[in-house]
Amino acid sequence: MRVSVDSGSCHGHQMCAIAAPEVFGSDELGNATVLIDGDIPEELQAKARRAEANCPERAIIITE
Amino acid sequence: MTDTRKPVEDILTDYDIFDPEFVKDPYSAFSEIRESGCPIAHTERYAGSWLPTRYDDVVAIAQEYETFTSQSILVLPPIPGQNEGQYGGVKAPPISSDPPEHHWHRRLILPVFAPQAVAKYEQGTKDLCNSLIDEFIDKGTADVAGDYAQHIPVRVIATLLGVPLEMESDFTAWVRAALENITDVEGRKWARQNIIQFFLAQVEDRKNNPRENDFISELMNTEVEGKKVPLDYVLGVCNLMLVAGVDTTWSAIGSCMWHMAQHPEHRKALRDNPELWPTAIEELLRVYAPVTMARVLSKDAEFQGCPMKAGDRVLMAFPAANRDPRQFENPDEVILDREHNRHVAFGSGIHRCAGSNLARLEVRVALQTFLARIPEFELVNPDDVTWAGGQVHGPRRCMVKF
Ligand code: HEM
Ligand code: SF4
Repeated sequence: MRVSVDSGSCHGHQMCAIAAPEVFGSDELGNATVLIDGDIPEELQAKARRAEANCPERAIIITE
Repeated sequence: MTDTRKPVEDILTDYDIFDPEFVKDPYSAFSEIRESGCPIAHTERYAGSWLPTRYDDVVAIAQEYETFTSQSILVLPPIPGQNEGQYGGVKAPPISSDPPEHHWHRRLILPVFAPQAVAKYEQGTKDLCNSLIDEFIDKGTADVAGDYAQHIPVRVIATLLGVPLEMESDFTAWVRAALENITDVEGRKWARQNIIQFFLAQVEDRKNNPRENDFISELMNTEVEGKKVPLDYVLGVCNLMLVAGVDTTWSAIGSCMWHMAQHPEHRKALRDNPELWPTAIEELLRVYAPVTMARVLSKDAEFQGCPMKAGDRVLMAFPAANRDPRQFENPDEVILDREHNRHVAFGSGIHRCAGSNLARLEVRVALQTFLARIPEFELVNPDDVTWAGGQVHGPRRCMVKF
């Protein structure tokens, strides 16, 4: 599983980082960054899905 | 005082967001409208407005900023003549701005509110909460709205802006007149004049006595395309910080305290499982979302079959969107670890609350500090709680005993 953020639709709610602080962080404007390069480890995948389900802008893209 | 308002005939065509019943409990009205054949209600009251109640509709309108503009974002029309005269250009950027200016109006303030930037207010907020609790802990009762919640955001914002904390009661009075008792136009004028005069004096003072690490000074010295930002922008941002950062957050803290007073099982769950806090805060913000904003149409548009006209006002009922059963299972229930929570308490799209990370921090620290020192408490009398509503919803007197 990989995750990315569509920076055009991210408006910095930070709900992704609340749901999955190991996977998502914040740049200096408060918009989302992805903290993990490449595949998301097994144990964080549920959290990453939860982050996707909490983003009000639907800005998180998960590819399996 | 006798209430001379005309009784509401039909909520779909005549809703009244300042009706005392609606102010106290807007949720049953939202639900009635949402589940009717016509989920976007209309009223002629207060110069007319539309009221979408479904999540998808509210979010769609928030995204379509070209049609639904932010030229006037209060739920009532602006003060007559507000845009004229010497300070007529002072608005409330970025909330009152539309693209393309909105982009830089917002961009300049975002770094101040990033999660890593607001973390430095945690300890001060906690100390402040503790000192407020010291005042009433031995009495066995407290007004958690008036003696606790009300004092927290105003002091945090005053600290952030670098303005005198001793003026807290003035700030609170201005904010209430500007955002809460807004059917009183004279009161709004008074608040606007005071806020502008106050920040003008703060700007003058900084010209003569430059300061370091000071929000207002940094704003004054910011350049955009090689030019210092205009005075109207500086005054407008300060105006917004005060008005947007105070009543909203205090209402959220108050509603959360009201909830906790009635839910010992949630107090226990948070005590036993502190890792619940982050999702619990989001869930409480979903259920008790305090803020309704507005948009004004730039052109005629049919939206979901409603014939909207240029100049019409649309109320952005984020609190209604957050309780739409199409989006949230059991929407009226507080589920502290709710899995799927795309709530829009902070809005959606380009105007999404810039201060949300600070607001969350304040709500969490206020609740954690209170619950740590006063783990068991309950409402003195549920019927005695008073509410503000319309633009910002939250308790104004809420007595608890412990
Ligand atoms: C729980 C507390 C708060 C809630 C529920 C809240 C809610 C909102 C909402 C719904 C919007 C969107 C307005 C719109 O769509 O027209 C907004 C915008 C904004 N809020 Fe908040 N707010 C809160 C606290 C704060 C705080 C503490 C600050 C900062 C000091 C703040 C600063 C702003 C700013 C600057 C905007 C405008 C952003 C833009 O237009 O780009 N808010 N807020
Ligand atoms: S929740 Fe969505 S919009 Fe918010 S910061 Fe994360 S990706 Fe961006």
